[in-house]
This record gives sequence, C-alpha cells and structure tokens, in this order.
Amino acid sequence: MTTAPPAAPPQPAIGRARIPLSLQSRAYGDRAFKLVLTCAAALIPILLGFLVYELWTGSRLAMTKFGLGFVTTSVWDPVAEQFGAFPLIFGTLLSSLIALAIAVPLSLGVAIYLTEFAPRVLRQPVASVIGLLAAIPSVVYGLWGIFVLVPVLRKTAFPFLRDTLGFLPLFQGPIYGPSMLAAGIILAIMVMPYVMSVSREVLLAVPNSQREAALALGATRWEAVVTAVLPYARSGIVGAVILGLGRALGETMAVTMLIGNRHEIAASLFAPGYTMAAAIANEFSEAATDLHFSALTYVAFVLFVVTVVVNAGARLLIWRVARGSSAGSKAL
Amino acid sequence: MIRVPLVQGALLAPLALAACGGDRSAPATPRAGAASGAALTGAGATFPNPIYAKWFDAYAKQTGVRINYQSIGSGGGIRQFIEGTVDFGATDGPMTDAQIAQVQGNVVHLPTVLGAVVITYNQPSLKTARLRLDARTIAGIFLGGITRWNAPEIVALNPGVALPATDLVVVHRSDGSGTTYIFTDYLAKVSPEWARGPGRGTAVNWPVGLGGKGNEGVTQQVKQTEGAVGYVELVYAAANGLPYAQIRNAAQRYVESTLASVTAAAAAAPLGPDTDFRVSITNAPRADAYPIASFTWLLVRKTGGDQAKAKLLKDFLVWMLTPEAQHLASELNYAPLPAPVLETVRGRVAGLPPP
Repeated sequence: MTTAPPAAPPQPAIGRARIPLSLQSRAYGDRAFKLVLTCAAALIPILLGFLVYELWTGSRLAMTKFGLGFVTTSVWDPVAEQFGAFPLIFGTLLSSLIALAIAVPLSLGVAIYLTEFAPRVLRQPVASVIGLLAAIPSVVYGLWGIFVLVPVLRKTAFPFLRDTLGFLPLFQGPIYGPSMLAAGIILAIMVMPYVMSVSREVLLAVPNSQREAALALGATRWEAVVTAVLPYARSGIVGAVILGLGRALGETMAVTMLIGNRHEIAASLFAPGYTMAAAIANEFSEAATDLHFSALTYVAFVLFVVTVVVNAGARLLIWRVARGSSAGSKAL
Repeated sequence: MIRVPLVQGALLAPLALAACGGDRSAPATPRAGAASGAALTGAGATFPNPIYAKWFDAYAKQTGVRINYQSIGSGGGIRQFIEGTVDFGATDGPMTDAQIAQVQGNVVHLPTVLGAVVITYNQPSLKTARLRLDARTIAGIFLGGITRWNAPEIVALNPGVALPATDLVVVHRSDGSGTTYIFTDYLAKVSPEWARGPGRGTAVNWPVGLGGKGNEGVTQQVKQTEGAVGYVELVYAAANGLPYAQIRNAAQRYVESTLASVTAAAAAAPLGPDTDFRVSITNAPRADAYPIASFTWLLVRKTGGDQAKAKLLKDFLVWMLTPEAQHLASELNYAPLPAPVLETVRGRVAGLPPP
C-alpha cells in the first residue's frame, strides 16, 4: 500500500510494457491528431499574415506616391498615372448598402415565416430551395443579370421608379440599365440565402418557452414574435446581416457585369458606378506600368482594411446589442 | 442549443473569407512553365490567343515540340517577359522605352498577325444602311462632345438617313485590353484633344460612357441599348454578326473593315530594314487601308538564355512565317501580314541566335 502513491504516473518503462499495443497507438493517434489540428489552426493566421505582407509590399510604390490622398481623390487615369480610389470605395459601400436594404427585410421576413408561421410541410423544402441560391456561381448571376434582370429594370422597374420617386435625386437622370441600383439588386439576391438561413437557424434556437410565455400572457402570434422571439435572437440576426455584408463587399464578377464600371460618383442610383473588387478584376491582368499595378494592389489593401473595419464595427455592434442576456449572443 | 455551434461555424467561416476579399477578387496570374512536358512557354495577349493556340497545336502535331501559351493579357505578358519567367512574351501594345531598358534592350518585337477594331452600334433608324463615321466624329462621340444621333456631324456623313434626336450611349471596355490600346492609339493620332486628354493605353480615363467587361460585355450592352455605340475586336464582331460602321480613312475614303483592308493598313507601314517593328499602323495613309488596325507582337530575346530553347523557338518562328502557317490565320479571320512585312520579319528571325 505504501509502495507507490496512486496518483503518481507510472514509470515509462513499466507503462510501456503494460499498456496493450492498441491503447498505445491510440495515445500516439491522439497526439498526432492534436498536432494536425494545431497546424491547421496556425495556418490561417500565417496565411493572413502573408496576405497582408504581400498587399503591403505590392502597394508600397503607390503608397509613397499618393499617400492617404489615394482614398480621397477621384481621378483614375492609367495613362497619366494618376490614381485615386474614392469612387471605388464609395461604390463598394453603397452597392453593399443597397443590397442589405433590400435583402435584410426580405430574408428576415422569410426566416420568421418559416420558423413561426409556415405549415410544417413547407418549412424544410422552402429553406432548402433558398439555400440552393447560395450554390450558384456568381458569374451565372452576372449573366442572368445581363440577359434578364437589366432589360426588365431598364424597361419597367427603373422608369416606374423615376415616375413615382423622381423627386428624389436618387432616382433621376438617364436610364442605361447597368447601374449602381442594378448591382445592388443582384447583390441582394446573392446575399439573401446567407442572411435567411442564418437568421432561420438563430430563430430556431430560441427556446419554445419564450414563445409559450408570451402566448400565455395573451399575446397574439405577431406580438409573440416581436416581443419575445426577435429580441431574444437579435444579436444572432445582426450576425446574419454582417455575414451578408461581408459577402456583398467582396463580390466581384456579378457586380462588374452589372454596375457599368464608371469611375465616378453620381447622386443617381441609375448612374453607373464602380467597386474596388470590380476594378481589380478588370484592370489587373493588363496593368502595364508598375505604378498602375501597385495602385491596384493598394486598392486591394484598402478593400482589405474596409472589410476588417466593417467586420470589427459589426462585432462591436453585436457586443453592444448582446449586453443584455440572450441566448442568440452565444451563437457569436 | 445543439444548433448553436452550427450557427457559429456558419458565421465565422464566411467572415474569415470576407476578410480576405481583397485577395479573392484579384485574378491569379498563373506562372508559365508549370505545364510539364512543354518545351517552350510563353504568356501574354489574349486577342491573338485563338490563332496562337492553333499554330502551337499544328506545330506540335508536325514536329512534336510543344509550346505552352497562357493568354493572361498583354500587361502580364510584358511583365513575365521582363522577369524572365517565360521564353517569349506576346503583346498587343509595344513595350515602352522604359520597359525595354529594364531588359537592357534585349528584346525583338516580331509582328505575327494584324488586329482591327470596329465601331458597332444599335440604331434601328439606320435600317439596312451602314453607319458612316469619320475620325473627328468618332473622337467627338467618345469625348462626349457629340451626344445625340442627329448631331450635324453625324447627319452630314449619313445623307438620306433620318437619324432621331435620341442620346448616344457610349460603351467602352472596362477591363484593360489591347483592343482599347489600338482604339485609343487611333483616337490620339486623329484628335489632338484626345491626345491631350485620355491619351493612349490599355486602360484610359474615359470621358463618357459605360464600361462593359470584355468584347462580350460591350456587345451585350450595345445590343440591348437602343442608341448605343461601342468598339469591339474585328474577329469577335465578325464571328457574332454585329453591324459595324464604315470609317473614312486618311485618304478620305470610306473603308469597310475586312481582312484585305486591314492587311493594306500594314502594307503602308514605314518598316526600314533595321526597324524594331514598334510601329503604329492606325490611320494609315493608303486609300484601301482600314484606319483602326494594329500589329500584335511576340517578344523574343535577341541574345542569351538557354541555347537549346533559343533553337526551338527560332525553328517555330521560321515555321510561323511560312505560307502554310499564315494561311491558318486568315481561316480564323485574322488579317495576315502583307508580303513585304513578312519578308522583313523573316529576315529578322534569320538573324536570331543560334545562327
């Protein structure tokens, strides 16, 4: 009884002799598994570091030439080698904002309908169909936009908007088809499945006791949703919106096919615009001079910073929203 | 609560992706030389890619020498040639003096075929009549000075056609492109205002208009918009049956864009025996010359490098200039080099190492 304290680890030699081979290899397996996972986890920050380094060194030439004025000036002239990214930043933010303004109410409505109101047989099929939208490649959205969406917008939707809301500067001016609004609409369609399915998951995670309590107090279905379910899920829903925003900010192909690619800031949503991602995709392969090439890398760097800032701001928002206790906040 | 980790995963993964948006959106520039078994690698212009692919394929069948060509764009072709990652480059716009200095002048531009740019339009009032334009009018339209179809400049060139008082919608390429280089080179030559303003380049600061991505983007936009005017590559326009304008050339004659008229533009090129071939043939003076045309070039080193590879490349270049190979070009709607130019290029290839 006093020979060895029970808690002490066995001597290595004895341990090795006594543990059956299968158990021993299992222990090695555990260690190898841990190692693989650690490497995988370390890979992401390393990749990110390389990315930032590459963008930084690539854009040095343009940074020293234009400085921070790059983000506030509007001229983009590859021949005269004058570069300013303000219209690109503006276009990226505005097109994403339009996309969210359209997609969020719509997908939130669908998510609420599917979790609270829809007949049970409809719920899963409808959710799956909307999820399928996320699997369509963006160049297909772009082609669909060119051949179907833009003609409809130009002939029907835009003239209607101009006739009814034309008193706003947003809906004035000539109608070409490809425009900031067209890009915003295609982005909204692309972002919807993400916002919808995450909101739906969050709403499903709201415990039934919340709904039952509200209903027991005499609330209608609508009141139960507004007073009990939505507040409980709010931070998860904000997270869903941010996920959509991230997708919209970086989207390239469909946007460049529909936005008109004009390096200008216009008051009207019917006017063509440009985004950072679209400009990079358009000009990168034919950037003949070093400065042009560097300016495009600088744009990529700015896009990176904008996405990080937007995401960080959104995290802050979620944190503020979630300070009251709610289950949804744990989802983030 | 089982769903919470699911939600978390779904949320975080795309956020990380979005954070890398800058990188994701940049098209990758593939490094040439990756394909195994290829004897030679080249990279560059997209416009002549179909004929180059045809040539390399035909040449590989005849000789077993495989040439790997990546059509990553003229800018990328020049960059990779300077960096020495490819055996030859290809470009629609010649290298600048500064770029040539970067390789210590060790480069020859060899013309291969000719490219041309046509002005396509969508104007139902013209019915079957062809739109006619001259240099001043084209510059005026693309500078934004001429904004309506019934502008006196256009009406004067198209007698007998009732043009409406509707807006001209200008469509240009949004992506950097050799097509844009040829077109802006022409505009800069014929219009002092254009030369002072946007200038010539693969991408310029367009005073007006919408940007379409690629020839197909411009074409779609023009097809869908009544009153649109845009420019596209001749090969693309011919393959898609687009209407295009007859343009008054430097000899004051209206010329249709055909293989013959494009070849004629090159026939007038001032190519002396010691030319470096970096010659612009837009607005050519011959009566039968189409004015918006250009050479497209292969970039080859004068000296140095791997001698075995230099031999392979030289053999290919000699083959490329044979009547048989040149005939393949016209089959694909590329205007072939005129005989005197072909002779000069042959002489230059013969002078390449190894002797």
